[in-house]
Amino acid sequence: MKNIFGLLISLLLGVFIILALDSSVSFPEFGSAVISDRVSDNYLDEDNIEDVGSANIVTAIVVGYRGFDTLGEVTVLFVSALGVALVLGSSKKQARMDLKFKPNFMLRIGSKVLFGIILMTSIYIIFHGHLTPGGGFPGGAIIASAILLMYLADDKFRSNVKGFKILEGVAGSLFVVIGLLGLVVASYFLQNFLPVGTVGNLLSAGIIPIIYVLIGLKVGSEISGIVDNFLTEEESL
Amino acid sequence: MTAYDIISLIIGVLLLVIAFLAINSKKLIRSVIYLSALSMLAVVSFVLLKAPDVAITEAVIGSGLVTALFVFTLLAIKRRETR
Repeated sequence: MKNIFGLLISLLLGVFIILALDSSVSFPEFGSAVISDRVSDNYLDEDNIEDVGSANIVTAIVVGYRGFDTLGEVTVLFVSALGVALVLGSSKKQARMDLKFKPNFMLRIGSKVLFGIILMTSIYIIFHGHLTPGGGFPGGAIIASAILLMYLADDKFRSNVKGFKILEGVAGSLFVVIGLLGLVVASYFLQNFLPVGTVGNLLSAGIIPIIYVLIGLKVGSEISGIVDNFLTEEESL
Repeated sequence: MTAYDIISLIIGVLLLVIAFLAINSKKLIRSVIYLSALSMLAVVSFVLLKAPDVAITEAVIGSGLVTALFVFTLLAIKRRETR
């Protein structure tokens, strides 16, 4: 009875959603949207590429035009990491949680080889954020997944949590400092005050690569801290 | 119907089926694995929709980090229950 009732409700809701979206003019058919009358057309304009200098248009919008929103996004991630640390961490000495599985020799050594490769990939993705898909957020998450691999493969491993916290604070502060420099040197917060250079070069797009490296470090250290919080507990039991 | 349409249709139906399995499976660990598979298929659909930035992020966070955190949480809960 309960299942039939649930099925009925979900079917009804599905019909309502389809009817509401089908008759709406704000949802054109897939592929037939006219973007020339949208705000995004200003950003996708080819003349603007010379101003921003980022070949990847997503990065141009995320860090170039909407840098302040990105600062807010980084703050949201910081607050969530803080919440995890408040709930799961404590002031006493932390030790690795005993999960009743022992990794063998091959896994321990093999994961160390993989760790380097994954770290290289993340550094590539962060540094090429303004040229290819990716950037600070995915790159930082890949750093954290490399740390997670080390935690998985070695039941005694603990990363340098204090160093991560310092790195995170420094990277976050430098982000704000670069924004304030834009306010002082140029006219508004997070303005691109460095020369843009040739579009498509590694050293181009002004402050965008610098900010993305800082975001990558901050996100990587934050998520590594969350992983450490999840896998440790108070020592005395 | 082009090949693009057919692949999109298959991916879409698979997404729905796996989402249903993730909700309805009896064991929690199976739910987590289905969720990981769902993220993996979502990555394919993001690539088909020409959003590689979102696809990279989804691949790392959705199917990597979140799955691992869920699995570790389940292991920790199980350990606490046996004690």
